[in-house]
Amino acid sequence: MTEFLELGPHAGFIIACYVVTLVVIGALFVWILADGSRLRARLAAMEAQGVTRRSARARSADARESGS
Amino acid sequence: MAILDLANPTRFLALSARLLPWLAAACVIAFAVGLYMTFFVAPDDYQQGATVKIMYLHVPAAWLAMMCYSVMAISSLGTLIWKHPLADVSAKAAAPIGAAFTLISLITGSLWGKPMWGTYWVWDARLTSVLVLFIMYLGLIALWRTIEDPIRAGKAAAVLTLVGAINLPIIKFSVDWWNTLHQPASVIRMDGPTIHPTILWPLLVMALAFTLLFFVMHLMAMRNEILRRRLRTMQLQAASARVGVATPQAAE
Repeated sequence: MTEFLELGPHAGFIIACYVVTLVVIGALFVWILADGSRLRARLAAMEAQGVTRRSARARSADARESGS
Repeated sequence: MAILDLANPTRFLALSARLLPWLAAACVIAFAVGLYMTFFVAPDDYQQGATVKIMYLHVPAAWLAMMCYSVMAISSLGTLIWKHPLADVSAKAAAPIGAAFTLISLITGSLWGKPMWGTYWVWDARLTSVLVLFIMYLGLIALWRTIEDPIRAGKAAAVLTLVGAINLPIIKFSVDWWNTLHQPASVIRMDGPTIHPTILWPLLVMALAFTLLFFVMHLMAMRNEILRRRLRTMQLQAASARVGVATPQAAE
């Protein structure tokens, strides 16, 4: 652990690099996650309103036909 | 057959959902091992001292900045030549990730430059060409946001991406072609790496971790983009249905 803390006279530059990398990657990751959950929520809202995609309608029609 | 299967967005969503947890786990393990090697195994450089630890972020980020653009260029070929349904999804999803890696490369390089070169920035070919790469990423993101139709936006962005790919060999060989403060290539060389294995191995593990991180985020962003297009289709469908109902009433 002592070795870990011995970053020499330029420790500030080294630590700044790791912090910047963490912040940039963290922000990107959070943005991708938030974008995904926002899109899923909006899709669910559209489906709740009865709007479905053509392929989804075709699949449900197939399922009905095979069931009958 | 597997590649053809992937052309179907629904199959891609199912496959990527199965793949993502494994990739994410491998990424976390690679980062844990890489950071342990960086801080507890790798020695300080005999000239640079502990500042060599910046290399374990800077070099993988720079590699990924270029790899990400290469992925976008290959995807652009997929859009223009094969009209692959997922090609422009892949290119669009990769752009913000590439911009982030390029930004990390620029900032860490600058922070490494100050103690080693005595300056944060010089307008030499390597630094300038990487800055151009960052600006190109931002331009492509802006282009995708400017054109509303994703198919048209994908084609325009694909052409611009392929034109911009000329910057990749310029970045790679800039240190050989022009005078620069930046050191020449020391890992990917015809005569093998010039870095001692005690420093090379942690660097390679960190590069693997960054690569896995790219694939995890790229798959997640591609999934988001597919959902965004589905949402757009449904919104257009709902809007046309409303117009279809409203038109006869308006005619009456």
